[in-house]
Amino acid sequence: MNKTFDNKAWLFVLPVVALVAFNAVIPLMTVVNYSVQETFGDNVFFWAGVTWFEQVLQSERFHDALLRQMFFTFSILLIEVPLGVAIALTMPRKGPWVPVCLVLMALPLLIPWNVVGAMWNIFALPDIGLLGRTLNALGFDYNFTRQPGDAWFTLILMDVWHWTSLVVLLAYAGLVSIPDAYYQAAKIDGARPFAIFRYIQLPKMKRVLTIAVLLRFMDSFMIYTELSVLTGGGPGNSTTLLSIDLVKIALGQFDLGPAAAMSLIYFLIILALSWVFYTLMMRNEQQ
Amino acid sequence: MAKIVLDTLRHSYMPNPVQDSDWALKQLDLQWDDGGAYALLGPSGCGKTTLLSIISGLLRPTHGRVLFDGTDVTDLPPDRRHIAQVFQFPVVYDTMTVYDNLAFPLRNRGVDEAHVDARVREIAEMIDLTHMLERRAAGLTADGKQKISLGRGLVRSDVNAIMFDEPLTVIDPHLKWQLRSKLKELHQRVRTTMIYVTHDQTEALTFADKVVVMNEGQVVQIGTPVELFERPQHTFVGHFIGSPGMNVLPCEIREGRAHVAGTAVDTATTGEIGALTGEVRIGVRPEFIRFADKGVPARVVKVSDAGRFQVVEVRAGDLPLKLLVPEGMEIPSQEARLAFDPTRTQIYRDGWIVA
Repeated sequence: MNKTFDNKAWLFVLPVVALVAFNAVIPLMTVVNYSVQETFGDNVFFWAGVTWFEQVLQSERFHDALLRQMFFTFSILLIEVPLGVAIALTMPRKGPWVPVCLVLMALPLLIPWNVVGAMWNIFALPDIGLLGRTLNALGFDYNFTRQPGDAWFTLILMDVWHWTSLVVLLAYAGLVSIPDAYYQAAKIDGARPFAIFRYIQLPKMKRVLTIAVLLRFMDSFMIYTELSVLTGGGPGNSTTLLSIDLVKIALGQFDLGPAAAMSLIYFLIILALSWVFYTLMMRNEQQ
Repeated sequence: MAKIVLDTLRHSYMPNPVQDSDWALKQLDLQWDDGGAYALLGPSGCGKTTLLSIISGLLRPTHGRVLFDGTDVTDLPPDRRHIAQVFQFPVVYDTMTVYDNLAFPLRNRGVDEAHVDARVREIAEMIDLTHMLERRAAGLTADGKQKISLGRGLVRSDVNAIMFDEPLTVIDPHLKWQLRSKLKELHQRVRTTMIYVTHDQTEALTFADKVVVMNEGQVVQIGTPVELFERPQHTFVGHFIGSPGMNVLPCEIREGRAHVAGTAVDTATTGEIGALTGEVRIGVRPEFIRFADKGVPARVVKVSDAGRFQVVEVRAGDLPLKLLVPEGMEIPSQEARLAFDPTRTQIYRDGWIVA
């Protein structure tokens, strides 16, 4: 390829550079800055080296939050991806019901996150919420504000309700892009429905499902708003995931150093895991 | 293997077809003998893919029956008709190896592995894929994928017919010829009825023993390539087949003879033509016109070189005509006279040939 050299190009690139610098690089650098210093207020800082990183990495509190986070993320992935694919498979491929289904599916995605949290909080309240009252009326001892198990159940249910649609829409997009000829060929070859799913639909959905898994992985790893409104990390610390813990340290205790160090570790974990996911899936693709 | 009969077939994609143009297939009665190589030729939208889908069972005709060896299969699903189809765009099961692709139709039917293996290897040998059996099907080129599609049809021993829906559309030009002769060779070998749908006359004429030419939802002619060329039953066939297509000229009938641009022309039509009503035309292929000392007066307008031939465009009066002149023959510079080969010149009334 012939490259053209033209210094005027800088004019076009600079606005982007400035924008990215202001909204990403500079804020990130202030975090880096905090993470290696200690302060006792009055804007006086002392060099702290990697102390905060060591402290965070060794703290049991961080380990617990990370474990809870992992548990949450993998639980919702295990539920949302198969469920999303299953729903997408039952949706019509053609006809007047297509837009109806699509809009219905998209609805949860359009609701502001704090509203989702508030909705589910009220919905699940044992004394006045529809879900809470129904469960108790059915004989279950359900109280998500007191019992950790119930809190987890509500949290996962809320996330599944909120985000399965995303998987559905992506999987559906993958499904409708399969040319009719594939189904016709499968019919002629005498393939059973499961074989059609296994050898045609699933392989054709693979790319979009990769994206769905990645998006859901990243988003669920960063979940804050809905969770903070729903349980606020409680009861106790039972639903305190990484983001909630981070906010507690940074704004509750005002420990800027450890909070900054934790932010960076948090960020690196997401980055690393996403990269691993993506590489694994893409390597499969190329074989 | 089977003899295929289409009995008064009509099809419309609309629930309540009213007028003529609502029908994708107007009326079809066809008979295809067991083991033949047939082509369905026609322009886009003429109904050939509709017809193919009806035969393979992907579509149920609005009216009429499909018979395989005398058995009515109109209501049977594709897998119970024992047919195979190669689609326009290659359909392979991406995640499987070439071997598994070929084995798929057999495994779906519960054939035991030993037989599957023998059959797959035999077919792979036929379509030259033996050295690729262990490769992932997704990694093959378009022609390799089309071979797999074909192989999935061949691998079943109970196949009544193999159908091809414009299978060479996505194949590179230099491989088209190769794949086409491979198909022909395979047909000689397995003797399964093959039906080849295309809009490309070269593909149809080289592949098939008999070509069915379709236009606007109906069959205009069924014949061998030679018949289609020498005696088109309809001016559409004359236009569509041949390059350039047949000259179709308005003509006058005077004293029982056809006149083109005021000059009498002899034709192959033997019947009485004096009383013809409707739109009467004369049809003659560019191959069967030559420059002569006497005949229809014309003026040379343009000469284009097409390799072994020169395509000469002339005007006889106001009528544009084309003729083919072999390379090296002299072409009159301006005024000329044209002689039509009387055995290859036909008269058409309202598009259809007059016997």
